[in-house]
Amino acid sequence: MNLRGVGVSPGFGHGPAYVLSVSVPEPPEGATYTGEAEQEKERAVVALTQVAGELEARGHRAGGEAEEILKAQALMTEDPGLVVRVRSLIDRGLAAPRAVYEAFARYREVLAGSGGYLGERAADLDDVRDRVIAALYGIAMPGLHGAPAEPYVLVARDLAPADTALLVREHVAAFVTEEGGPTSHTAILARALGVPAVVACPGATGITPGARVLADGTSGEVRVEPAESDVAEAVSADAVRRAAYAQAEGPGRTADGHPVPLLANVGGPAELDAAVAAGAEGVGLYRTEFLFLNRTEPPGVEEQLPAYQQAARAFPGGKVIVRTLDAGADKALAFLPVPSEPNPALGERGVRLFRRFPEVMEAQLDALAVAGDLMVMAPMVATAEEAEWFVRACRSRGVAQAGVMVEVPSAALRAGDLLSSVDFVSIGTNDLSQYTFAADRQLGAVSALQDPWQPALLDLVALTATAAREAGKACGICGESAADPAMACVLVGLGATTLSMGAGALPAVRAALAAHTLDECRLAADAARDAVTAAEARAAARAYLPALGRLGV
Amino acid sequence: MGERKVTVAAEVGLHARPAATFVQRAMKAPMDITVAKMHSAKPPVSGKSILAIMALDVRQGETVVISAEGEGSEDVLDELAEIAGTP
Repeated sequence: MNLRGVGVSPGFGHGPAYVLSVSVPEPPEGATYTGEAEQEKERAVVALTQVAGELEARGHRAGGEAEEILKAQALMTEDPGLVVRVRSLIDRGLAAPRAVYEAFARYREVLAGSGGYLGERAADLDDVRDRVIAALYGIAMPGLHGAPAEPYVLVARDLAPADTALLVREHVAAFVTEEGGPTSHTAILARALGVPAVVACPGATGITPGARVLADGTSGEVRVEPAESDVAEAVSADAVRRAAYAQAEGPGRTADGHPVPLLANVGGPAELDAAVAAGAEGVGLYRTEFLFLNRTEPPGVEEQLPAYQQAARAFPGGKVIVRTLDAGADKALAFLPVPSEPNPALGERGVRLFRRFPEVMEAQLDALAVAGDLMVMAPMVATAEEAEWFVRACRSRGVAQAGVMVEVPSAALRAGDLLSSVDFVSIGTNDLSQYTFAADRQLGAVSALQDPWQPALLDLVALTATAAREAGKACGICGESAADPAMACVLVGLGATTLSMGAGALPAVRAALAAHTLDECRLAADAARDAVTAAEARAAARAYLPALGRLGV
Repeated sequence: MGERKVTVAAEVGLHARPAATFVQRAMKAPMDITVAKMHSAKPPVSGKSILAIMALDVRQGETVVISAEGEGSEDVLDELAEIAGTP
């Protein structure tokens, strides 16, 4: 059985599955109690106090960051507002477990509605709630205890700080969770410990306890009961990889010293540390949607500013490229209303929406202009007029470096015209492929057309990069394709000046580039473009990139 | 009634550790303490409730108004303001 999730902490782990799943049932709606209200309230308070005490004690034993997280959870458990609410629900006739459930629900709703970092804290709250309900029902919460015979792959719906506080690094081969995102507790902890981790992996909790699991924290691939030979291959490939990655250090460059800054794609301030830790030289795509989601009003300049300043501060002297709000019908925002669209991907997205709501753009540009030395680019630009309009807007608000993303084929075909007004371009290969092949990114049935090795896509990259070189301007790549080490070499051969990717992919790409000369990259790029199919292009390029095999990629 | 206006300096805003430290101090005080976010429609919340403070969603760079009344409230406010303003 193969599962796929999102790799959030690179590396590879293998071992028996330790499935940490407790399901604490939702207490039935309207459940009542027999006896006195005072006794029922007492019962609830005892459970809350007991859980708070346990969390604090675990934190105390764990120390460090875990202690702080658990202390905060203990405070949540004994929150005076929560306790008042539990008591009043019991007075209204609800049984203690249901009263606890409903009292937490109100806070949970507020946190979950905020999205992002705060939204993921809703999981911390759920954990506290389930512990209190378990205490009331007399259900034992599982913990991790004893030294296992061999390191295990910890599988759970989501890991809570209390689950992992006393975790011993040497006992764990990998984390696999069904839920969670790049800023979930699991992901943060995994990166801090250096444990490979895959989150958002549907079906994970269905893994049989004890089954052997092979998890790749880079690709997000999870294999259950893999063949012995696959494990052996993965183990040795991983050892080779680690050794090769360890050798390639410092700024991105080819074997003959041609510099190619390696940047990270970042979804918000919480991911900056991981990017720095992975050796990113800057940010090639700083997404700003997190500032705008789940709100009724757009954020003001002052509210946006800290998020931009943090990015600038994380990479002093490095490039930080911020993408302006990329909203549209598929990521609709209450304060940017557009009529319903039959084909949202072809509707008022990205910069097109800014033309309708210029005040939102101006506030964002104002914040970016004062935040520091940032480069700013607009998404979904199709024509030279749009590019010029955006650059003018940037200049009038004091943004020094203005660029556009190339993700619509028309922009690639006439890149030279766009480049006459912008300072730089960045190719978003994911959307460029979607629009070039008329193949929906979200649709599995047409995913073969989304192959980044499609020669037509490589042609568009080449056109754009060549136009940029002639204009003497930078052409970066910030799509997923830059994360593939072989493709990264080809992109450099096509003329890309920087590569930006998820931080987890940086070590492999750095090693692949360091192992090949710029000439080899160019030959590989030419060979790929001479091919007719994606598979042929991949094979043809690899023939000119001899060190890839040695690197195990 | 005494009050302090403080710009939150911590990178995570008034969440996680800063919020926990703040609430732990507030809980030791005998009087009521309220926290409100400037330029926000949300009503002031109890400074002793970590859940209510988290729900205010105060980010780095945003300003909060901490209020308290009664004997010793000035000292408590000074301490709370320092916690909220600590990076």
